[in-house]
Amino acid sequence: MKSLILFMVLLTLWLLMSGYYNILLISLGIISCAFCVYVAKRGKIIDDEGLPIFFMPRLLNYLMWLFKEILMSNLATAKVIINGKVEPETFTVKASQVTDVAKVTYANSITLTPGTVTTKMQKNIFEVHALNSDFGDDVRTNEMDKKVTWLEGKK
Amino acid sequence: MELILDILTGICFFIASLSVIIGACGLIKLPDVFSRIHAAGMIDTGGTAFFIIGMVFQTGWSLITVKLILIGVFIFFTSPVTSHVTANLARQKNILPVGKKIGKIL
Amino acid sequence: MFLAGLIACAITGILILVRIILGETTFDRILAVNSLGTVIVIGISLHGFYSNRPEFLDIAIVYALINFIGTVAVLKLFSSGSLGGDK
Repeated sequence: MKSLILFMVLLTLWLLMSGYYNILLISLGIISCAFCVYVAKRGKIIDDEGLPIFFMPRLLNYLMWLFKEILMSNLATAKVIINGKVEPETFTVKASQVTDVAKVTYANSITLTPGTVTTKMQKNIFEVHALNSDFGDDVRTNEMDKKVTWLEGKK
Repeated sequence: MELILDILTGICFFIASLSVIIGACGLIKLPDVFSRIHAAGMIDTGGTAFFIIGMVFQTGWSLITVKLILIGVFIFFTSPVTSHVTANLARQKNILPVGKKIGKIL
Repeated sequence: MFLAGLIACAITGILILVRIILGETTFDRILAVNSLGTVIVIGISLHGFYSNRPEFLDIAIVYALINFIGTVAVLKLFSSGSLGGDK
């Protein structure tokens, strides 16, 4: 089932990127997609982490919120760089997600917003480096943590 | 209609150029590796996003738009990974960030 | 308009090159090279639009992928002294 979805995604990518629709090129595409799926199956990398279906229903909503957040912190980072008032700080936060994919999503979201970077992680404790105490407070209020837990939808 | 799209593209390019140049200035100005990662993240998110939105306004709907959005998705997925790998490796080699540490650090 | 974007990318590239020359640690240089790769990806696609040949976008996609793989490979080699597999 998962292999079939992977095959369809790869074939869609091939058709979108190629732009030529004659029989020779489409059959070549089908052959190479099938080979890729075979290699992935032999390497045992088709599992829940490769295609997290349980994210899908709420993903769009989360992405909208994340873009708004990235925009705001871009503005704040630009202000800090121009003013030159840099007071870096390092602290740890606790992640309340269950699955590994959701933890990675949370850590990646922290890193994607400029101003905060995840530097280390052990089980469910992240070490975060922030450019300023304002950015640090944004992470410490746990708003993003709640959003990602909601996105995971396991509770 | 053409004029409105051109003006929108111009605004997007202006914001993107500003954010890219400020990010590069931060890359030079900030004190240590961990702070410079924030400036690099600004180039990767703000600059790329607005340049790509501006180019999408110019193309309309075609296969080129799909390719542009694919570039954006690639960069949005790979940028935090490289930032995290760099920061993690710097911590493994025992480089401590400047500034204050709150609580116990891993 | 595209020319203005290209000029901004060029200025950014020069500023990043300054950081590559100055950089105190290896991580500074790797980070700066990665940022330079991102700016070059944007520059390639802008140049494609500027000269009315949008086929350049394919090259930009390939450059983005190779940039990521190259950065991670260099960091892995730097951390463990090998690229995995049997030692």
